[in-house]
Amino acid sequence: MEAYISLFIKAVFIENLALSFFLGMCTFIAVSKKISTAMGLGIAVMMVQIITVPANNFIYHALLKEDALSWMGIKGVDLSFLALLSCIGVIAALVQILEMILDKFFPALYHALGIFLPLITVNCAILAGSLFMIERDYNLPESVVYGVGSGFGWALAITVMAGVREKLKYSDIPAGLQGLGITFITAGLMSLGFMAFSGIQL
Amino acid sequence: MSEILNDETKKVLIEPLVDNNPITLQVLGICSALAVTSQMSTSLIMALALTLVTACSSAAISAIRNHIPGSIRIIVQMTIIASLVIVVDQILKAFAYEISKQLSVFVGLIITNCIVMGRAEGYAMKNPPLASFIDGIGNGLGYSLILIAVSFIRESLGSGKLLGIEVFKLTKDGGWYDPNGLMLLPPSAFFIIGLIIWAVRQWKPKQAEAADFKILSIAHGEGGHH
Repeated sequence: MEAYISLFIKAVFIENLALSFFLGMCTFIAVSKKISTAMGLGIAVMMVQIITVPANNFIYHALLKEDALSWMGIKGVDLSFLALLSCIGVIAALVQILEMILDKFFPALYHALGIFLPLITVNCAILAGSLFMIERDYNLPESVVYGVGSGFGWALAITVMAGVREKLKYSDIPAGLQGLGITFITAGLMSLGFMAFSGIQL
Repeated sequence: MSEILNDETKKVLIEPLVDNNPITLQVLGICSALAVTSQMSTSLIMALALTLVTACSSAAISAIRNHIPGSIRIIVQMTIIASLVIVVDQILKAFAYEISKQLSVFVGLIITNCIVMGRAEGYAMKNPPLASFIDGIGNGLGYSLILIAVSFIRESLGSGKLLGIEVFKLTKDGGWYDPNGLMLLPPSAFFIIGLIIWAVRQWKPKQAEAADFKILSIAHGEGGHH
C-alpha cells in the first residue's frame, strides 16, 4: 500500500508531467487563460489518463511484450515495436468512446468539457503517460495509480497556471514579452517551485 | 510557371524560420523543445528526426489527401505519422542506442508533436505532395533552429561543453569557468525560450500580442483578448 502512495505522490509532485517533463505544453500554454476552462481540461485529462494508462498496460503485457503471446502457444514473438502505434490507437479510440458515453449519460459534463475532449488525443501528456508506464515496466495496479497521479498532477499544474495568468493580465509587461513570452517565464518560475520536491526520496 | 513555383517553394521554406516560426509564433511542439535541450547532441538528433517525420508525413498525407474521408482523417494521419515515428525509433535504437536511451519517450512523442499534426492538417490536406514536403522541411527547420539555439546556451553555460567537447575549462579541473547548474535543470529551458520570444518580437514587432488590459489615464479595462 505504501508503495502505491509514494508512487502517487511521485507522479503528482516530483515527476509532474507538465512542469518537470514539459508534456502537454501546447495545451498547457494555450488553454490556461481562465481558471474554469483550465480546470475543465484538467479533469478531462485526468479521466482519460485513468482509463488509457491501465488499458495500454493490459494490451502491452497481454499482446505486445516479448513472449507475451505464449498464452496462445506462440513463442519467441516480440511485438514491442508496435507499442507506439497501439498506444496512440487505443488513446484515440478510448477518447472517442468516452466522448460518446459522456454525451449519452452525463450531458452536463460533456458540454462543460466541450472541444477539449477530442483534442486530448493529441495531448502529449496522455501518450507520455502510457510510454512512461511501458518504459518503467509498471504492473497493472501500479499503472492505475500512475494514471491517476500523473493526470491529477497535470490538472493541478494547469489550474495553478491559469490562476497566475488571470492576475497577470492586469500587470504592465513590455510589448515584446506580452502574452506568450511572459507565460513561458511564469511557467519557468512555477517549474522552479516544483523542483523543490525533487530532493524527496520515496 | 516554374518561377511561381520557385517563389512559392522559397516562401514555404523560409517563412517558418523566423516570420512564422512553429515554436515562437504558432506555439506548437513546445514539449520536446524544452525537454531534450540540455545537450546539443540529443537536440540535434531530435531536430533531424522531427524534420524528417514532418516532411515525409506531409508528403504522404498530401499524396492521398483526395482519398481520405473527412470524418476519419485524424486517425489516418495518426497512423501514417505513427508508422514513420516507429521507423525513426527503430533506426535510432539500432544505430544510436545511447542517444535513443537519453531521448527516452520523446522520440515516441513526435507522434503527438503538434507541428507534425498541425502541418498535416493545415497545409498537406490542401496542397500537392512536393510543396507539402518542402513545407514540412521548412517547419522542421524552424523548430530545429530554436532547439539548437536553446541547447547551445544550455550546454555551454551549464556544463562548459558543446557536443561533449570542452569549450570553457571548468574550475574543478583548474580552469576559470564555474558552471551554472540551473542551466541543466528544466526551468532554464522555459526562461531561455521566453527570452528568445521576447528578442524575436522586439526585432519583428508585428508578432507581439496586444495586452488584454492597458493602463490608461482614465482607468478602464478593455475586455476580451486579442
